[in-house]
Amino acid sequence: MSDAIESAEDQAFRAEARDWLTEQLEGPFAYVRFRGGPGEEDEEFEGRVEWEKAMGAAGWTGISWPKEYGGRAASLSQQVIFYQEYARAGGPGRVGHIGEGLVAPTILAFGTEAQKQRFLPGIKSGTELWCQGYSEPAAGSDLANVQTRARLEGGKWIIDGQKVWTSLAHKAGWCFVICKTEPDAPRYRNLSFLLVEMNQPGITVKPIVQLSGTSEFNEVFFDGAHAPAENVVGAPGQGWKVAMALLGFERGASTLGQQIGFESEFKEILAAARENGTAKDPVMRQKLAQCWIELQLVRLNALTNLNEGTTRPGLAAINKLCWATWHRDAGELAMEVLGAEAEICAEPPYALTRMQSRFLFSRSDTIYGGTNEIQRNIIAEQGLGLPREPRP
Amino acid sequence: MSAASAEDRALFRDSARGFLADNATTADIRRWMATDLGYDREIWQRVAGELGWPAVPMDEDHGGLGLGLGETALLMEEMGAALFCSPFFATVCLAGSAIRLGGSDAQKNEYLPAIAAGELTAALALTERTGRIDAAAIRAEVKADGDYFILNGAKRFVVDGHSADLLIVAARTPGSAGETGVTLIAVPGDTDGLARQALATLDQTRRQADIQLADVRVPRGALLGELGHGWPVISKTLDLGITALAAEQAGGARRVLSLTVDYLQERVQFGRQIGSFQAIKHRCADMMVKVESALAAANCAADAADTGDADFPMLAAMAKAYCSDAYFACAGESIQLHGGVGFTWEYDPHLYFKRARASAAMLGDAAYHRERIAVGLGL
Ligand SMILES: Cc1cc2nc3c(=O)[nH]c(=O)nc-3n(C[C@H](O)[C@H](O)[C@H](O)COP(=O)(O)OP(=O)(O)OC[C@H]3O[C@@H](n4cnc5c(N)ncnc54)[C@H](O)[C@@H]3O)c2cc1C
Repeated sequence: MSDAIESAEDQAFRAEARDWLTEQLEGPFAYVRFRGGPGEEDEEFEGRVEWEKAMGAAGWTGISWPKEYGGRAASLSQQVIFYQEYARAGGPGRVGHIGEGLVAPTILAFGTEAQKQRFLPGIKSGTELWCQGYSEPAAGSDLANVQTRARLEGGKWIIDGQKVWTSLAHKAGWCFVICKTEPDAPRYRNLSFLLVEMNQPGITVKPIVQLSGTSEFNEVFFDGAHAPAENVVGAPGQGWKVAMALLGFERGASTLGQQIGFESEFKEILAAARENGTAKDPVMRQKLAQCWIELQLVRLNALTNLNEGTTRPGLAAINKLCWATWHRDAGELAMEVLGAEAEICAEPPYALTRMQSRFLFSRSDTIYGGTNEIQRNIIAEQGLGLPREPRP
Repeated sequence: MSAASAEDRALFRDSARGFLADNATTADIRRWMATDLGYDREIWQRVAGELGWPAVPMDEDHGGLGLGLGETALLMEEMGAALFCSPFFATVCLAGSAIRLGGSDAQKNEYLPAIAAGELTAALALTERTGRIDAAAIRAEVKADGDYFILNGAKRFVVDGHSADLLIVAARTPGSAGETGVTLIAVPGDTDGLARQALATLDQTRRQADIQLADVRVPRGALLGELGHGWPVISKTLDLGITALAAEQAGGARRVLSLTVDYLQERVQFGRQIGSFQAIKHRCADMMVKVESALAAANCAADAADTGDADFPMLAAMAKAYCSDAYFACAGESIQLHGGVGFTWEYDPHLYFKRARASAAMLGDAAYHRERIAVGLGL
């Protein structure tokens, strides 16, 4: 649909991306094709790490970064093109998305030159994977309430506390940690954004079993963990500002990557409906058509956010609310299409089918990265200018 | 069709918004909707003469500006926001499109410059008793009689049909069925045998009419295209029309949200602006999602028409289905969030609510267009 008016430069970019992706994913990396989508984070993990490295070596990671840091300075339309071609070629779930989509833009925006030199190459080459240390037992939606503390001692940060729900902490080499460094400063001015190496004695990672029976997220305990003094992004005390900017990236361009699979997921639902005859049912036809409509709107809202998100507040939250809700609803619709058969697992004791796995995992889309309720607060307050909830 | 640049579009939008803010307040709307005609002739003349709106989609050879559906949709969005009463939709978006797409050179020369100049109003007399827009719903008949053609039948729900100078009538050859045998015929409103009557409608901001055709005699030159081959033109006209209507719906939804948000910031209960209650904020957030999505859907469909995208019919169906639901939902919420005053004649939400209902049912409701999408998806 968007192919109609494409510049010669963009067409060449598309052809280059398509050629490389096809060659790799029909050749040496055929075994990771379509693997590791949402809810299947463990599938072929090692293979997907190799894939990340191959992408890095061929210059297909960090494409939006400036050239001086190894990027291609790809335009917005080229980033969209890349995600489209990636989806078309059946590119696997990216293991490097937290680094590429969240850490890198944050370091590019707020980091020192030394931080850029130290951290961007590992993200680019796929050799250093990252995890996100935001949530804590007492700080979920109310992120500013984090209790993990860090203090500077002998040229190092010493960190004590606990994070929870930390995705991929068991695989990641690095974690960005929001913690309290200025205990006497007021709320929002007492936090810092630290870059912490995971493999050290002061850190313990304990997996949490999810409702799917698998574990993708963890508890992370910090017990006198260390980080060099220079591993703070932004000044000490400015962590909230940096953390919020990162959430902006999380809700912005990087969601394109998350959505790459939606189109093919929808096609699977259509195929299932055709195969078992539910496609003839007038009510199901209405629901499938509505699902297609909302999928187009997910795409359109994402593009509006990319084009106008910096000038019109609230669009990022609309984007997040739309895609998360679409994915959850599509998960339910797939189950409805499959009917009684939807209930039967792939294998005993509890190996899930792809659709079961999406049905369950999509319940988290409306929770992580800011719940639907929090997105609605943001839309109402920032998008529409309605008054804030009075604080008790 | 050429698209205007983003800057030109922004200027165009500002001028449309400014004109409507000055000349089409809800007090004006309420005055116009109580008249027999349903709009103000003088204002319409200014819209055509000073602003050139009806010239927007006409090509330059026919007195037009040669712009696309994108610009037409932009105007419809602004008119929808203001609930502007005007013959634009029926004349330009429906009948005008049918003439542009299906008319002979002679017909285009006769009608399009007159429409562009605001000298001629027109309506598309397609729907009948069922209100449906599929070919099977066309039952009126046209048959040859020497050099003439004779029309018989009854049309209903014809937007602006009570007053249009020209009617573009859809009829079928006796004995034909479905999409074959359908013809469009240009019939001047004062032709013998044509009787019409405005209907009292729930939404008073846009008129609909009943039209009786009793042995209406027209010359061969009145046929748009060949006898029996009119369906493709109707079908394309409808997709252009529903896209424009979707933009109007999106504009209405946008305005009904903003007037609601304004009220929520004024009204105080329990010592707080009611807009600070989360139960209300979340509903407004959902309205904003619907408004942004509706605008995006209508724009996407309009752009697809202008770039010749093969998916245009699917995207037009998407826009009409989505915008119909979104506008009605937002207008309904507006009444609820206004409380008692939302239930009065004096406050504006009911005007939007009624327009939203009428437009949702017009030219195929959301369910109708979703079924088209299901077919398009290969279901
Ligand atoms: C699969 C998954 C992966 C995750 N990965 C990570 C990760 O890698 N790193 C990380 O830091 N975190 C991660 N999270 C954590 C996630 O960000 C939090 O779960 C989320 O922010 C919600 O916080 P909470 O769980 O404490 O819920 P709570 O904040 O306790 O919310 C409970 C309920 O109350 C509602 N609520 C709370 N406050 C308000 C309010 N002001 N107005 C209205 N409703 C409200 C919420 O919407 C929710 O419905 C992950 C979560 C999941 C499910």
